[in-house]
Amino acid sequence: MMSLPCPHCGPRDETEFGYGGQAGVAYPARPGDLDDRAWAEYLFVRDNPRGWSTERWVHRAGCRQWFVLRRHTVTHEIESPA
Amino acid sequence: MSRRLPHGGDLVDRDRPVTVLVDGDPVAAYAGDTLASALLAAGRRQVAAGTYTGRPRGVVGLGAEEPNAFVQVVSGPGEPMVRATELEVHDGLAVQRLAGRGRLPLGEDDTRYDHRWTHAEVLVVGGGAAGVDAALEAARDGGRVVLADDQVSLGGWSVGALGPDLDEQVARLETLPNVRVLPRTTVVGLYDHGQAVAVERRTDHRPDAPAHVARRRLWHVRAAEVVVATGAHERPLVFPDNDRPGVVLAGAAAQYVRRFGVLPGERAVVWTAHDGGLRAALDLAAAGVELVAVLDVRDEVAPGLAAELATHGVTVRTGAEVRGTDAGPDGALARVHVRHDGTIVTHDVDLLAVSGGLNPAVMLFSQAGGRTRWSDDVAGFVPDVPPPDAAHPVRVVGAAAGGLRDDELPPAAWFVGDVDSQEAERVFLDPQRDATLADLRRAHGAGLTSVEHVKRYTTIGTAADQGRGFGVLTVGVLAQVLARPVGEVGTTTYRPPYAPVSFALLAGRDRDALSDPVRVTAIHDRHVADGVPFEDVGQWRRPWYVPHQGEDLAASVRRECAAVRTGVGMMDASTLGKIVCRGADVGRFLDRVYTGLFSTLKVGSIRYGVMCGPDGMVVDDGTVARIGEDEWLVTTTTGNAAAVLDSLEEWAMTEWPELDVAFTSVTDQWAVVAVAGPRSRDVLAALAPDLDVSNEAFGFMQWRDAVVGTLPARVMRISFSGELAYEIDVPAWYGAALWDAVRRAGEPFGITAYGTETMHVLRAEKGFPIVGQDTDGTVTPGDLGMGWAISPRKVREGADFVGARSLQRADAVRPDRRQLVGLVPTDGSSAIVEGAQLVAAGADLTDLPVPMLGHVTSAYDSVTVGSPFALALLESGRTRHGEELDAVDSLVPVRVRVVDPVPYDPEGARRDG
Repeated sequence: MMSLPCPHCGPRDETEFGYGGQAGVAYPARPGDLDDRAWAEYLFVRDNPRGWSTERWVHRAGCRQWFVLRRHTVTHEIESPA
Repeated sequence: MSRRLPHGGDLVDRDRPVTVLVDGDPVAAYAGDTLASALLAAGRRQVAAGTYTGRPRGVVGLGAEEPNAFVQVVSGPGEPMVRATELEVHDGLAVQRLAGRGRLPLGEDDTRYDHRWTHAEVLVVGGGAAGVDAALEAARDGGRVVLADDQVSLGGWSVGALGPDLDEQVARLETLPNVRVLPRTTVVGLYDHGQAVAVERRTDHRPDAPAHVARRRLWHVRAAEVVVATGAHERPLVFPDNDRPGVVLAGAAAQYVRRFGVLPGERAVVWTAHDGGLRAALDLAAAGVELVAVLDVRDEVAPGLAAELATHGVTVRTGAEVRGTDAGPDGALARVHVRHDGTIVTHDVDLLAVSGGLNPAVMLFSQAGGRTRWSDDVAGFVPDVPPPDAAHPVRVVGAAAGGLRDDELPPAAWFVGDVDSQEAERVFLDPQRDATLADLRRAHGAGLTSVEHVKRYTTIGTAADQGRGFGVLTVGVLAQVLARPVGEVGTTTYRPPYAPVSFALLAGRDRDALSDPVRVTAIHDRHVADGVPFEDVGQWRRPWYVPHQGEDLAASVRRECAAVRTGVGMMDASTLGKIVCRGADVGRFLDRVYTGLFSTLKVGSIRYGVMCGPDGMVVDDGTVARIGEDEWLVTTTTGNAAAVLDSLEEWAMTEWPELDVAFTSVTDQWAVVAVAGPRSRDVLAALAPDLDVSNEAFGFMQWRDAVVGTLPARVMRISFSGELAYEIDVPAWYGAALWDAVRRAGEPFGITAYGTETMHVLRAEKGFPIVGQDTDGTVTPGDLGMGWAISPRKVREGADFVGARSLQRADAVRPDRRQLVGLVPTDGSSAIVEGAQLVAAGADLTDLPVPMLGHVTSAYDSVTVGSPFALALLESGRTRHGEELDAVDSLVPVRVRVVDPVPYDPEGARRDG
C-alpha cells in the first residue's frame, strides 16, 4: 500500500484517499462550443504513461481536500509538484 | 527407539518434558523442541506421504524450506497444514500427519486475531547475526527500530558458532528503548513505500494464555528503510528416489544435533557441493554418527576440512555422486548407491545428508521490486539491482546477500547427473506436489522454455514451501535441459505472502457484527419492537414490510399499499441522504450540477432535481429545498449520499473554486417520518394545530417550520407515492418521539405503517424510477421520460450544466435508445421477473443469439393496476406502447404488453388530496 503525502495532513495510507485521474484536464469553459470529437476527447481520453504521471487525489477519509501529486507508475515514487 | 543424545541441544529444556499426540500416539519431547525434532528424536522417520504418489516422506529441513513434514493441528482452534519444523511443542498439542493437503477446521474459531500498526526508521527482517548487527547499528542514533524474527529467540542458526559475542549483542539489543523486538514474527510481504506486513504468533505455543490475548497479530509496519537479513535456505541435491524418509539436508541434520540434541540417523552418507556440507559432516561425526562416506561433487575441497574429517577416519571422495536409494521394509531409507570413479558402491545407511548449496532468501527483496542475478561464486541468485523507489531503500545483508565465510571455497553449481527416463520419474523436484524431473522434461518436450511456464505446467514450486528449497535447483535442472546458463533462465517471480496467512488473521476483529458497519435510524428500536423484517439498503437497515399477525410479504404489501392509496400510511424515511449547502453561490452551483434550474427557487420551496455525470448519464436524483437565502438542503438516494457529497465537493473544489459554497452531510442528524395518503393532511392537522395545512397555504413542493406534537420540526410537502403526502423532519434524537406522535395522531384515521417494499410498489405505479435500480449508468434523463427535468430556460440561454454537452451527442439523441416503459402480462396474472430480458413475442429461444430488445428493471404485483406490473428499459420504448413482447427469465417467456410507465393517476391529481 502506498503512503501518500497529503499537503494538509502529512503522509497517510493510500486507503484514506480517492484517485482522481490525470491532473490538468480542465472542464471546458464552453462545452457547447466543442464538436463531438473534442468533447469526447475531454470526456474519455487520458494519458496512460509508463513513468511519471501528474494526477489528482482526494484525502477522502481525512481533510477531504483535493491535491495534485506526481507518481511514477512503475516504481510508485512520489513527488509533490513544485 | 530414542534418538535423543544424552546431552547437548541449547534450544531444548530437558527439565521440562512435554508429551504431544501424533495420530493419537503419545510422543515424548522437551520444551523447545519443534514437532520435527520431537519426531526425529522419537525415531519416527515417516511423517507424511506424497499427495498423489502416497510415497513415504520424512523431515527434510529445519524451517520454512521444509517441503514434506506438514501436519494438521487438531488441538486448540486447530489449523490445517502446519510445518512440523515450525511448530513448537507443548503439552496438549495434538496433530495428524498429512498426505499432501490439510482440511479447514469447520468449528467456530473463537480465538482472537488482531491487527497493529507501527512506524519505524528502520525495519530489520531476520534476527540472526546479520540482523542483530544491523538493528544495533540502526538503533545507534535513537531512531525507532523494529526487528522481526520468525524464530523463538534471536540469534538465528549461527548461535553457538559465533558464541558469547552474539549472546551479548542480543542482550544489549533487548534493553534498548527505541528497539521493538518481535520474535515468532514472520514478515510475509514487503510492499510499496516501506510497508511490511508481518504475522506474529502469540499464543500457539502457550495454551494457558488468557482468552483476551490475541492468538496472532498482523503487523503493518511502515519503515523509512528496510534491512533484509533473512539468511539463506539450504538446497538439496537430487537423484533417483531422493524423496525417501532419511534423506535430510546436511546443514539441517547438523542443527538437529547441535541445537536439539537429536541424531537424525546413526549410519550416514553425506553428499555435498560446498564447504558448509563438509562442516555439517564434521558435526554429525562429532555427535557419534558413523560416516560411511562423504562425497563432494567438486574436484577439490579445502585441505583443512579434509584433514579434520580424516581425524574421524573419513576420506572425502571428490567428483562422487549418489545414483539412487533403496527403502527398507518401513519405507524409509536403507541403502544408498554411490558412483565414484566409474563404479557403483552400495552402502547400508539410515541417513543420507545432502547439501547442494545455499539459496540466499531474496524473496522480500524481490517482492519490493529488486532484481537478482546468478552468482557463480555463491552458486545461487543474489540481490543485484535494488528496488527502484530510492526514497524507500531496501538493503540486503548477511547470507541473504550471498555473503560467504572467508575460509570457504566456492560451492559448485551442480544440479542433476545423467538420469534415464525411467529414473527421471523418481527424481522429485517438488516432493509436496509429487512433481519430477520427468515432468520437467515433458514440459520441455511440449515446447516450454520459460521458467514461469514450466512452473505452471509442472506445478513445481507452487506448493506451500514455494520452492524455497527446490526452486533454484529446478532452475538449474531446467538450464541443463535447455543447455543455457542458469542466469539466463532466471527465477520465477516471488510474490507475497512469503508464508501462508489465515483468513481469520486478515479479518482480525472485522468479523460478524464488526465486519461492516450497520446503520440504523433513530426510530430503529420501534421497528424492532414491532417485529418487522428488515431490508439492507447499503449499510442501512430499513423496515421491509410491516406485517400483521400471519401475513406474508405479498399480503402485507397489498394491505399497506391500499392504506396509502385510500387512507394514510407512515414510513421511516430517515435514511435518505441529506446535505446542507451553504454560501452565496449555492444557487449558481446547483444550476451547474443539476439538470434543472435552482437559482430561482424561493425560500420555503422545494424542487425535484436530476443529477447527471459529465457523460450525460443519470447518477442521482432527489429534492432541493431552499431553507434561507444562503442555505439549501439537498436530498439524495439512500445508497448514494456519500458519492453525491464527494461529487459536489469535487466540482466545487477543483473546477469552480471561485464559488462561495460549502457542504455538510446531515443525513444522521435528522429523523424523517413520511406520512402519505389522502388522509395525511388530517393527521398533520391533528399533529400541528398551529400550522395552516390547507392546499392554498401549504402547497405541493413547499416546506414549513412547525411544532409537530411538541417537537420542533420541518415539514416538507413532497410525495414519492403520487398521493398527498408530507415528510416530517425532526432532530434525530426526537425520532422515536415523532414516530410515536404520528402513530397516535393517525390512529383515528387508521394510519398504517409501511416499509420499503410498499414504497417501491407505490413509486413504480407512478413511474418514478429509482436511480441504481431502473438506471445503470447508461440511462439519460430523456431515456427515463424526464426530459422535463432539464430546465428549458437553461437550454434556451445555452447555460451549461454537468452532462449538458453529452446529451447533445449523436448517441444520446438516437431514437432507438432504451427508454423507460411499463409492462403488464397479457394474461393479467403471470408474474414478470426483475432482470428478465425482453425479446420479440414468440421469438425462438433456441435460435441463438436471440436479439434482446431490453430488460425488466422493477417488477411488482400491483393491486392498483390490477395485475403484475413492471418497469423496463426497451429499445425505442416510447414508440412501442401497445406492442406485445416476451419477458424471458431462465428461458421461460411471459407474454407482456408495453404500456405507459405511469399507470396510476397520470394527471397527478391526487397529490393535492
